[in-house]
Amino acid sequence: MNFWNDPINFVSVWLRSLFSGWGMADWLVNVLLAVMGIVVLIICAMVLDIMLVWVERKVVARFQDRFGPNRVGPFGLIQPFADIIKLLIKEDITPVGADRIIFNLAPILAMTAVLLLWAILPLGSVIYGVDLNVGVLYIIATGAIGTLSIIMAGWASNNKFALIGAFRTVAQMVSYEIPMLVAMLIPTILAGTMSVNGIVHAQNVWFVILSPIGVLIFIISAIAELGRSPFDLNEAESEIVAGFHIEYTGMKFGMFYASELLHTFTFGGFIATLFFGGWRGPYAEIYPLLGVFYFFIKAMFFYWVIMWVKYSMPRIRIDHMLAFNWKFLTPLAFVLLIVTALVDKVLAQTNFHATGMLLANIIVGWVTIEILRIHARGLRKKDEIPAKPSTQAAHHQPLRGEK
Amino acid sequence: MDFMQIIFLLCAALILGSALMVVTTRNMIHAALWLIATLFGVAILYVLLNAGFLAVVQVVIYIGAIAILFIFAVMLTRREMRDQGPQLNKGWWMAVLISLLSFSGLFWLFNNWSGFGRTMVEIPAGSDTLKELGLALVSPNAFVIPFEVASVLLLAALIGAVYVSFRGK
Repeated sequence: MNFWNDPINFVSVWLRSLFSGWGMADWLVNVLLAVMGIVVLIICAMVLDIMLVWVERKVVARFQDRFGPNRVGPFGLIQPFADIIKLLIKEDITPVGADRIIFNLAPILAMTAVLLLWAILPLGSVIYGVDLNVGVLYIIATGAIGTLSIIMAGWASNNKFALIGAFRTVAQMVSYEIPMLVAMLIPTILAGTMSVNGIVHAQNVWFVILSPIGVLIFIISAIAELGRSPFDLNEAESEIVAGFHIEYTGMKFGMFYASELLHTFTFGGFIATLFFGGWRGPYAEIYPLLGVFYFFIKAMFFYWVIMWVKYSMPRIRIDHMLAFNWKFLTPLAFVLLIVTALVDKVLAQTNFHATGMLLANIIVGWVTIEILRIHARGLRKKDEIPAKPSTQAAHHQPLRGEK
Repeated sequence: MDFMQIIFLLCAALILGSALMVVTTRNMIHAALWLIATLFGVAILYVLLNAGFLAVVQVVIYIGAIAILFIFAVMLTRREMRDQGPQLNKGWWMAVLISLLSFSGLFWLFNNWSGFGRTMVEIPAGSDTLKELGLALVSPNAFVIPFEVASVLLLAALIGAVYVSFRGK
């Protein structure tokens, strides 16, 4: 075994022999190694998080035709550290009537929910926290903890806007969990395992080719789950000021902000992992560190896609958001799941597996578009009947200056 | 006492303590949050028993759905989220009697049961417990009938919910 083929195991074997050499008990060595692994993973994620602040601000600036941070350090790279110092020295305010313990626990839980996801994220063929055989469900379970943190923040703030924001977020997260879980079941069916690393190993053909509609559903519901625009009703500035984190100041707000950014990047990573081959690439099997590189490129790309959607879409209304989920996304996801399961079973042993899956997806997509078109035509007809020219003229108020 | 037992004792203390807090705290939201702590403790117990699937499902369903629903219901129904009245009523001694009786009954039952003292079965390295569970749920020799009955029940509940929400229109 050498370092380049299996870096994590190499280091752990070396550390184990080192600690055993000092006369430590076996169970103590195990606990110590596990704790060290967790700490190193969390530090990597948090350092990445600091840089994500810079990436986010630079990219949004480009979308809005600005420069973004460019004063502190080369390309403004030191800016996030200046931000952190600013957040740390701000006054820490707990509002009157707030539930102190829950109020302070909420930002910690928000960050925890995101960091828990990193435990199962396969960064390379042998570089991952743990290879759970229920990985896909685990993603949903940590989402539940994130939801909990938001409702705790909203309630404990003793502020009606925070509470409304929390209600909205929870309604959104609970409902978009369903299409997301169904979309994640598609790679599960195709790979025959729920383990995230197993799904990556099964992607000799990227699952995006086998299930392009599944990818779309997953990206849409992931954006809703993250509470990013066009689904950022939880912090609709024009209606409820800032939503659930309205009362948070300083580093507590920073925790929410950082957890949102890291959550987005992590979901970019999951899109890459479940549908775009994760760490797979040339020589990634032999040199896992190369796989880490491929993984980060793909994850960064999908992080950028989510930002692209965020900064070019207006916010949608809350009833539209819920109707879109329950009347469109959920039924489509279930139909796609059934079609995928059937086609996969029928064509599993043949040479037409990939082609057949792609064709099935195209047919599902085409039928969906036809149904939507017929539905829209019906709606338009219903609108057109009462609108006779004479009544329209009677209601028409001439604008000032109009002839 | 090995490492597993220490974790089990901590976890059991968490479950019992937070369950006690659920019934004694006066703030309804705090009660719901303590209930979440209890349910999370049960999830840890499942992990200790190598039942990863059950642990994750416990978190998804009980914490992600049911507890959130509890919190919603409490927030929507009560303006004052604090229970002001006395926490005991006249029948408290009956409740104590019944709980003591059921506890001693269960204790006696488990004492006579051979499975109580069994040590944990070591799962062989190659087997996938999740796959075994899935096969057992659809195998006619195992749990296919309860599984199908449960799904019919859930379908009926689903249709019932749709019917109730449609009736107003």
